[in-house]
Amino acid sequence: MAEEVLLFGVWGSPFSRRVEMALKLKGVEYKYMEEDITNKSPALLKYNPIHKKIPVLVHNGKPIAESQVILEYIDETWQGYSLLPKDPYQRAVARFWAKFIDDKCLQPVFKACWGEEKDREKAAEEATELLKFLEEELKEKRFFGGESIGMVDIVASIIAFWLGVFEEASGVKLLTTEKFPKLCNWAHEFVSNGVIKENLPPRDKLIAYFRNRFGGANASK
Amino acid sequence: MADEVVLLDFWPSMFGMRVRVALAEKGIKYESKEDDLWNKSDLLLKMNPVHKKIPVLIHNGKPVCESLIIVQYIDEVWNDKSPLLPSDPYHRAHAKFWADFVDQKVYGPARKLWAINGEEQEAAKKDFLEIYKTLERELGDKPYFGGEKFGLVDIALITFYSWFYVYETFGKFNMETECPKIIAWAKRCMQKESVAKSLPDQKKIYESVLDLRKIRGLE
Repeated sequence: MAEEVLLFGVWGSPFSRRVEMALKLKGVEYKYMEEDITNKSPALLKYNPIHKKIPVLVHNGKPIAESQVILEYIDETWQGYSLLPKDPYQRAVARFWAKFIDDKCLQPVFKACWGEEKDREKAAEEATELLKFLEEELKEKRFFGGESIGMVDIVASIIAFWLGVFEEASGVKLLTTEKFPKLCNWAHEFVSNGVIKENLPPRDKLIAYFRNRFGGANASK
Repeated sequence: MADEVVLLDFWPSMFGMRVRVALAEKGIKYESKEDDLWNKSDLLLKMNPVHKKIPVLIHNGKPVCESLIIVQYIDEVWNDKSPLLPSDPYHRAHAKFWADFVDQKVYGPARKLWAINGEEQEAAKKDFLEIYKTLERELGDKPYFGGEKFGLVDIALITFYSWFYVYETFGKFNMETECPKIIAWAKRCMQKESVAKSLPDQKKIYESVLDLRKIRGLE
């Protein structure tokens, strides 16, 4: 039976791009459906009635939502490249860091770049403390996944790429080589990887988008 | 080599309870260490430096943090009995989606039902009931969220049941009236020894909350 894999996403979203990275690393063929989140398609609402959000992966008609749930599904369904380690303890550690990035880091990072003036310094301090944990976790590894890119690296693409976009668009600097030499090195290696590079949104287009959407307060910078 | 399993816990925590249930389902012997959240132990700070929170499972000296991550770890290590997740990847994803839904949605409004007064509490009550009604629809006529078998989503949600007397009393509603299928499901789960022995009595939780509310100046 022919396999059908659909992915509902948005071109600039780190959450749908991470699913694309996983699919590409696994060599899975899929059909991409670009969503307009200001005018959600009936298909999206049908496949994700609970959250009504992208990304949604639809595999042979069956939908899966929530990016980290999708990543684990991809890893379990298609063999070959491994996104998660096989050892249960290492898997628990990977899940911990993936959750840490999404649950804890994103809000302060966003607030530091785009929040109200009065909130930005505090958010930047918070973001810096959190990024320090990631810097420490990297240790001497090439990637969070070890020698090769894994689920944590893919989730952390938001730091490797999107954070740089936020910084350029907002003028706020968080990820400096002085404070985060390992993280900066990792980010460079990550975005230079062939498969990853092909699956990142166009940087200039993304910078313009963020400047336009959130940059009103930063007009003077 | 004998396994050494330690759980850093706090008796009224619905997150700690999830791990107790999982360990009991698997019949794992462990040492429970009660942490005082207002005076965190050195062990907790060493084992969970990032969040400084319970529960933490320490297996042969190595810490695992975050309750649902711990439950999945337990399922993967002690995989010889009582699977907590289905074997099919799609059904596993479905379970993880709903466990994540519980984690994202329930705690916030639930806490506001007793920790604050006024308008925000009213809004929280509306949210809380809406979320539980969504969960009730997902449960449908199944005995458990996992279908025939008790599993991850049941574990994620059942622990809030021990707080129901608190929510009902301060929120001024009755869960049996609002979500009868949820109550029926909860009572079914409580028939299981692993659940019954892991959840404190609802009245005991209520008494500890009364103390907390006094400290917060709400009484």
